[in-house]
Amino acid sequence: MSDGATRTENFRSWFMDKLLMGMTWPEYIRTLITPFNIVAALILSVGLPLIAMRFMFGLATITHASNDYPWGLLLGWGLFGGVPLSATGFVMATAYYIFGFKKYHPLVRLAVLTGLLGYFFAVIYLLTDLGRPWRIYYPMTIAFGTASVLFLVAWHVATYLTVQLIEFSPAILEWIRSRRVRKWALRITIGMTIGGIILSTLHQSALGAMFLLAPGKVHPLWYSSYIPIFYLSSSVYAALAMVIVVSTLVARFLRNRADENFLGNLDRLTLGLGKGAGIGIYVYFALKVLGVAHDDHWALLNTPYGYWFLVEILFFVLLPGLIFTCGVKKQRVGAVRFAAFFAVIGIIVNRLNITIITFNWNLPGHLHHIIPPWQEVAVVMSIATIHILLFRWILNRMPVLREEPGYEAH
Amino acid sequence: MARTPGKPVVDEKSATASGGEDDLKEATPRKITRRCFLGTMTAVGASTLISPSHLNAAEGFEGWPNRFGMLTDLTACVGCRSCEKACNEANKLPRPSAPFDDASVFNDKRRPDAKAYTVVNRYADPKDKNKFVYRKMQCNHCNEPACATACPIHAYNKTPEGPVVYNENLCFGCRYCMTACPFYVPAYDYDSALEPKIVKCTMCYGRVKTGGIPACAEACPMGAITFGKRNDLLKLAREKISKSPDRYIDHIYGEQEVGGTSWLYISGVPFEHLGFPTNLPKRPLLEETKGFLSAVPLVFTVWPALFGMCYAALRHRDEAAKEKAETEKKEEVKHE
Repeated sequence: MSDGATRTENFRSWFMDKLLMGMTWPEYIRTLITPFNIVAALILSVGLPLIAMRFMFGLATITHASNDYPWGLLLGWGLFGGVPLSATGFVMATAYYIFGFKKYHPLVRLAVLTGLLGYFFAVIYLLTDLGRPWRIYYPMTIAFGTASVLFLVAWHVATYLTVQLIEFSPAILEWIRSRRVRKWALRITIGMTIGGIILSTLHQSALGAMFLLAPGKVHPLWYSSYIPIFYLSSSVYAALAMVIVVSTLVARFLRNRADENFLGNLDRLTLGLGKGAGIGIYVYFALKVLGVAHDDHWALLNTPYGYWFLVEILFFVLLPGLIFTCGVKKQRVGAVRFAAFFAVIGIIVNRLNITIITFNWNLPGHLHHIIPPWQEVAVVMSIATIHILLFRWILNRMPVLREEPGYEAH
Repeated sequence: MARTPGKPVVDEKSATASGGEDDLKEATPRKITRRCFLGTMTAVGASTLISPSHLNAAEGFEGWPNRFGMLTDLTACVGCRSCEKACNEANKLPRPSAPFDDASVFNDKRRPDAKAYTVVNRYADPKDKNKFVYRKMQCNHCNEPACATACPIHAYNKTPEGPVVYNENLCFGCRYCMTACPFYVPAYDYDSALEPKIVKCTMCYGRVKTGGIPACAEACPMGAITFGKRNDLLKLAREKISKSPDRYIDHIYGEQEVGGTSWLYISGVPFEHLGFPTNLPKRPLLEETKGFLSAVPLVFTVWPALFGMCYAALRHRDEAAKEKAETEKKEEVKHE
């Protein structure tokens, strides 16, 4: 055998070893047969054909295809709901690298990965929903709608996705043992973190600002000149809550991939994050109240939409905030975790309220139009399933919940 | 009148990506920010900073003085749907399932869709329950169109002649224009997998450009649709209202709504009874996002300084602590 062929063979076996985590194919496949994977396979067996149909026969096969309701669950959930929950990377990297909250080190990589995948899948939802997704690069090269808030979002999401990939790259590089490239990647950490703050500040708020163009359509209680600030401010506490949610889930389901540094510190760190999230919620709640006061919309609170608004800000915002505070005061990690799940649901409720539930509230028969077709729900569930599978795939292989021996922390 | 304090959307639109605002920028740096500052913040900035130099009066621009418009007199419309038929033929749109003389379509409220640029709807006359009022609906061709503001790829263009036209060769189908349009006009052909596009009235731009008049105006047997210079139409509308105050309510819809539209309406019954949105601001919708977008350059400049400073302060504290620890260590050694 020639020298080159040996090297190729060595690389191949090394690479397969990385991918299969040291197992042989039959062993690896046997580990895949779990109840979770069976459920995932069932969901995908319905959703993937639907996605294929969408690309063969048009959007009408999976969406309402409504002219009055151009956006549905794909964007309401995937883009507008997914992006604030993916602020994890920017919030934790800022806290750790810029403000010096050093004790959160075990959670930083997990937070960056959550953000990276969150944005990546937000783009996947968008590509599924775009009429001609193969033109996705048009705002970057073909023609520039510089007055459009969506132009800003497109540029920023694309740039920020790159930034987050660089931020996460040390984990990938440790996995494939590329010490030299890793050193280069570490050098630009601070620059990337500050870049991440700029981009996140702007596009988190821009997602809200997009609705400023529709004052006649968004319900006045949700329409406010403060929308950009609402979106930005809520994304901060959403990120902290999401870090708690994700770390809780991985500590339970991927325990063997985490080291003692992660598992042993998690409760303490969760309490710290919960404290931050609680404060974040109060800031956001105060802003929301200010928003009503600013537009003098108090009278609208006593209407059906007003009751729903109150449910949102009292039940889905203020209540998790209070649970956070009590949990932290009494050092009850369980309560803080519960509050985090609750707060995350609250964020999704808020984004769905603006994009779907109250959007076009004044059209006749509005509430009949907002129930998504089952096909769209199945597609959303499939993409979410792939999201989880990819997340797990990475956590199983790369040093995210653990430190890689031989590499110093950064 | 077209009192829009906006700037000429038209030029930048038609200049697509190449536009040059260098001259303008030097003379009046503030004035171009509305549509261009974002570009300056991104790498593409350079290319958006060039545009024709006849744009000088940006801030006080009230729209193209000679732009055309349409005036629909809803008191004259009898719901014959000749306009729908003429539009369908002139634009070579697919045949509808119900023929154009079928009055049963009035049982539902329709809207323009992928197969129809314009539709006529029937409403009960609030003054006399036995009578009907008809309303023709199509793109209103705003002076400062929200669809054009929304489009991230500049696929919409407010032409100097008045029509707002859309270029499907640029569109990637995000449908933000549909979200932004206050009049629920742009439609999407969701049934197409490979070439879906926005569908909307073009005010027969091709005809208008060559001196013709839009097909619907030409076809209307009642003279309910008048084509002309927007300024003249406003005069005509005012004249009609003041001559017959009993016949019309005192409101020209489209004169001021969202900064004014090329398509104007006069009516005998209040517009909210005819499905017109009446909760719209008088200023162009573009103004609503202007404040947000003008904060973008600030974030790009102030944030790095601010957060860089935080990082520097953190480093400083760390180093100070290290130094202190080292001095203490040395002292300890001395004491020993």
